Amino acid sequence: MSTNPFHTPPPSNEAGLPPPANRKSLWTRVNTARRYVVNHLITGLSVLSTVIVIVPLVAILVYLVYMGASSLNLNFFTKIPAPVGETGGGMANAMVGSGIVLALASLMGVPVGIAAGVYLAEFGRGKLLATTVRFTADVLNGVPSIVMGISIYALIVKPQQHYSAFAGGVALAIMMVPTIARTTEEMLATVPHAIREAALGLGVPKWRTVVSVSLKTASPGIITGCMLAFARVAGETAPLLFTAFGNQFWSYKLTEPIAALPLQIYVYAMSPYDEWHRLAWAGSLVLIVMIMVAVTLVRIYASRGVLKGAS
Amino acid sequence: MMTEREPNPTEPAMPPAVTNFVAASAAAAPEGAPSAIRQFLKARGSGGFADKTFAGLMLLCALSIFAIVIFILTILTVRSKLSLAQFGFHFFVHSGWDPVAGDFGALPFIVGTLETSLLALAMAVPLALGVAIFLSELCPQRLRAPISFVTELLAAIPSVVYGLWAVFVLVPIMRDQLGPLLSKYLGWTGLFEGYNFGVGILTASIILAIMILPIISSITRDIMLAVPTSQREAVLALGATRWEMIRTGVLRNARIGIVGAVILGLGRALGETMAVTMVVGNHPEIAKSLFAPGYTLASVIANEFSEATGDMYLSALIEIGLALFLVTIVVNAIARLMVWAVTRGTPARAH
Repeated sequence: MSTNPFHTPPPSNEAGLPPPANRKSLWTRVNTARRYVVNHLITGLSVLSTVIVIVPLVAILVYLVYMGASSLNLNFFTKIPAPVGETGGGMANAMVGSGIVLALASLMGVPVGIAAGVYLAEFGRGKLLATTVRFTADVLNGVPSIVMGISIYALIVKPQQHYSAFAGGVALAIMMVPTIARTTEEMLATVPHAIREAALGLGVPKWRTVVSVSLKTASPGIITGCMLAFARVAGETAPLLFTAFGNQFWSYKLTEPIAALPLQIYVYAMSPYDEWHRLAWAGSLVLIVMIMVAVTLVRIYASRGVLKGAS
Repeated sequence: MMTEREPNPTEPAMPPAVTNFVAASAAAAPEGAPSAIRQFLKARGSGGFADKTFAGLMLLCALSIFAIVIFILTILTVRSKLSLAQFGFHFFVHSGWDPVAGDFGALPFIVGTLETSLLALAMAVPLALGVAIFLSELCPQRLRAPISFVTELLAAIPSVVYGLWAVFVLVPIMRDQLGPLLSKYLGWTGLFEGYNFGVGILTASIILAIMILPIISSITRDIMLAVPTSQREAVLALGATRWEMIRTGVLRNARIGIVGAVILGLGRALGETMAVTMVVGNHPEIAKSLFAPGYTLASVIANEFSEATGDMYLSALIEIGLALFLVTIVVNAIARLMVWAVTRGTPARAH
């Protein structure tokens, strides 16, 4: 009846075969039950671990907002730290100091990082040198920040015999370079080749193609990459301990020790005074809000598909 | 600029997408001359010099990444020459730390670092795997983005803020609630003996675990998402349950990358400074109890560097930094190679 040579008619029930369900042995049924129990168990454990991971974050954030908001006031933003034993005072100098050090770090780290990323994506495709640089950048990303701190101490602070804002900026800058290089490379890799070829086909020199076509197309992604690197170093304390050092007073000079928000939080948190603990919480809240705003902006870009994969 | 250009019958019409400077020179081109682009290029030179300079500049910046590594290595070696010469390898197996008497040995810090990092990994890895499995395999599409967002927020909190939270929240909990509980039920192991200050190896490990969790889980999730869907479908088609599919289809394929992610977490834990310094107790002694205050490589530098008097003291601390640098370089290199082995082809993340 059928023209299909592979077709064998199913055995008819009248031949005396029992229905298939009854053929399963007890062992098979136990095994199936076990498999389903394990499946649900693992699903449950996985959900549980997600909950366990989310709880500390929520705990930390809620506690931080509660403690920070209750101790935040106008003085915090306008005053410098009060002497021990006096109430009041703020971290205005630390915020300005953080701004100066971070601006300095960005000024040095961002151009070098972007240029390194441009080399990796536009000039070094498939070359052994580029692969090695890429690998080194990834490895350098994992080097503890305190090592950067003591290296810069040995390079700049020790010969000059004084701590300085400049040294802090350099320490943060060398932390920014590998991160920015890698994100820039990833962003440039998403630029379609046809656009570059179109520019080159018009006789536009390579450098101009890179600057006005590749970099311009990838610029939203690169900017967010830079902001991520910025957010990461904004909270760094360890590299500033022996470079920027901290300062209880106003200081704008690059050649003098300067206050920074994370440093001030560290010093105040480890102090025995309640008033200083209060300021440490307020400082943490300000720092976190700064970083969260940066990261959230990145997420908004990422959800638009401009910055795929990197966050 | 485009509007100023008169139509030229001898020339093929240029598409409107041409860049402005080409159009501008074409407008100035006399009749019968070579094509506008050729003339434009002739007028402004080949650009070979500019190109070479630009490429060289970019290469220089790329090489600066090498330079940073070499510079750190050299300067740390040079500055720690004093203690390298004085103690040699003995420095790393000797457990005395008495700056006043000039007795330096890094063993307590090495033990403390390994103890806190491995304990943190033991706590973080199962949880991170659970989160990664949930996010990549089980999570409803609607929840995926918010939960990954939250775990990434965890990664964005600065170390010093974790430390602050640990000092004022975790330490009291350890001292008053968790600590007594542990010594009551697990006291027989001998790991939870002695006076419980709240600060110590265990507290440092817990805060480290919280800090490395997001890194491990987000990289593991990326690696698991890199496993092709056809693998999953094939295993499911054979009648596997979802867990069997995850175990045989996903985890087995991604295992090298997952090990790499765990080692990356280890690298982070080894070098973590501020939060650990704030709660580890800062006492250079090797103790069996996890309640005992300890010290790590990074925290001894953070704590004692700025008050180090005497060249030998400073040199010993810098040697500790050098050791930390070399160890994290090796650990990270191994981890990166493993992660690359799995995710090659898919874009890497900037972690």
